[in-house]
Amino acid sequence: AAMELPSSHYSATRAAALAAGYVCYRRGSPGRGLALRAVRRASRQDIDDVGHKYHLELVLEDVLDKDSTVNCTAEVLYHLGNKNIAPAVQFTIEGELKNTDEADNIFYSRIKSLEKELVAENIPDSHGSVSPEMEPIRLLAQVASGYVIWQNSTENTKFQLAQIKHVKQVKRSDDCLEFDYMILLHEMVSQDIIPWQMTVLWHPQHGVQVTQDSCQPKHALE
Amino acid sequence: MKILLVFAALVAAACSEQLFVGDQVLRITASDEEQITLLRVLGEQAELQVDFWRHPTSPGQPADLRVPFLSLQAVKIFLESNSISYSIMIEDVQELLDEEKKTMTKSRRVERSTSTFDFASYHTIDEIYYWMDMLVDDHPSLVSKIQIGQSYENRPLYVLKFSTGGSNRSAIWLDTGIHSREWITQATGIWTANKIAKEYGQDPSVTAILDSMDIFFEIVTNPDGFAFTHSSNRMWRKTRSINPSSHCVGVDPNRNWDAGFGGSGSSSNPCSETYHGPYAHSEREVKAIVDFIRGHGNMKSVISIHSYSQMLLFPYGYKRAPAPNYQELNELAKKAVSDLAAVYGTKYTYGSVVDTIYMADGTTIDWAYDNGVKYSFTFELRDTGRYGFLLPSTQIIPTATETWPALLDIMVHVLEHPY
Repeated sequence: AAMELPSSHYSATRAAALAAGYVCYRRGSPGRGLALRAVRRASRQDIDDVGHKYHLELVLEDVLDKDSTVNCTAEVLYHLGNKNIAPAVQFTIEGELKNTDEADNIFYSRIKSLEKELVAENIPDSHGSVSPEMEPIRLLAQVASGYVIWQNSTENTKFQLAQIKHVKQVKRSDDCLEFDYMILLHEMVSQDIIPWQMTVLWHPQHGVQVTQDSCQPKHALE
Repeated sequence: MKILLVFAALVAAACSEQLFVGDQVLRITASDEEQITLLRVLGEQAELQVDFWRHPTSPGQPADLRVPFLSLQAVKIFLESNSISYSIMIEDVQELLDEEKKTMTKSRRVERSTSTFDFASYHTIDEIYYWMDMLVDDHPSLVSKIQIGQSYENRPLYVLKFSTGGSNRSAIWLDTGIHSREWITQATGIWTANKIAKEYGQDPSVTAILDSMDIFFEIVTNPDGFAFTHSSNRMWRKTRSINPSSHCVGVDPNRNWDAGFGGSGSSSNPCSETYHGPYAHSEREVKAIVDFIRGHGNMKSVISIHSYSQMLLFPYGYKRAPAPNYQELNELAKKAVSDLAAVYGTKYTYGSVVDTIYMADGTTIDWAYDNGVKYSFTFELRDTGRYGFLLPSTQIIPTATETWPALLDIMVHVLEHPY
């Protein structure tokens, strides 16, 4: 039996944040970031011996163009028992997402033509500034962190990408771009700031892949 | 004669006027050791009165030489005839000094008025404390500064008091920056305090409120944490008190209040960001407010400002049972977020802490509420996670601007519902 939830209830907003992170990972690129704008409706189903399934109606916004929004329905299943399995997420986006081929290709060419591998840190900086050249690097981290968030979420967590502490481009012999990121994730329930390493692969035609990721000890921050 | 010379020098020094007119600074690059020696000899010619701002050390390294106007020709001929390359770095030293003096006077003038304070940037603790004094100076009959205690590291805990008189009037308490990494809150606090001072006598609501009530505003509620976010770790949340049994520092000041203290909505682990501390009110920063509010005895509202999430919350956090005046608080929150959204379209959610965000024990507003303060609210300002704690400074003024009508709604409601 499905139970309707107030859209502002924390169980709905946690599931929504997870779903949005997953959608961002599957559909995002250095030229496109998707973020949760609002929860329109939410309901929960407790399935015996399986887990809790949330049905969500969300509004997502284009991070680079706040006026551009899409509706999205999503289902999030948190598995009972084994907490090592990532929640199962399914989603449908209503309508078309803006085409970002041009922006993606410009970024791709720019990085490919760098003489030295890109290195940067503290994005955004303490004052929230992100330079225009670093915006796609930040978006790429946002997309990749969607994967990490999806893999590590439970009903008792709500993750956000807080900052890129460090990013280093890794030279590759093939066409892909590879970046080694050290990010900070903010976990809202415990209020923890968790350093996380992730290796991210991207190519305009192949989407974003996180080939390696690991939680780092907290004192890696100081 | 000597006395006259000394006198003239003293007068000149006192005025520091026009002593360097036409003097130039030359950047000289010696190409070999011989030229280095020549430059040293040049410097030793007493009648030329040249002085090196940067001494010649080795070939290829630039040396900077100030040359008085009267010696310019002689020095340049010397350099050119010895093929020592140079360029004019400063055409007229006096001009530069005049320019510098003008700028210094201007900035000192600029800093003396709150009307030119840069509200659109994030500031350090010293800058904020300096601005507080300016605010008091600019509005002496309305604003005063009180010290309610000291932080763990002995920083003063300052509260701005807005009052038009009376004796121990009903009052409203506002605080920002209890969690130091939430920089948008201290920044919004500054703007808001300035707004209150500006609008008294102008805005009918502000005037009505201050004509019968006082406002107490603590802007840097966790100064040790705030200093730490500037010096060491931008993401620091807690106080900076040393925990005797742990290498981890700090207590969550919003889990340290005596309301459901120590429950599962907080942590007993000193390394946790929600560590409640060894006992309720163990933190000086919290105790100072507790003592102040208790001592005051007439506080009618406590509004604690945090970030981020875009929420307006009310008690309880430590239990699921709704607060006795839940309906009233819910309606008021609904109105406030609606008026907030009307400014730029920013959407807030609202509700009790326990339903909307999570179970939280030992919070400011739960303590205030359980101690008779009926109108206790927590704001979670912008944004919803895109920048989180690192909200761009360009959003400071928009955030403060949109939050203002919501704050006013609550304060007007408090005014119109005395108890």
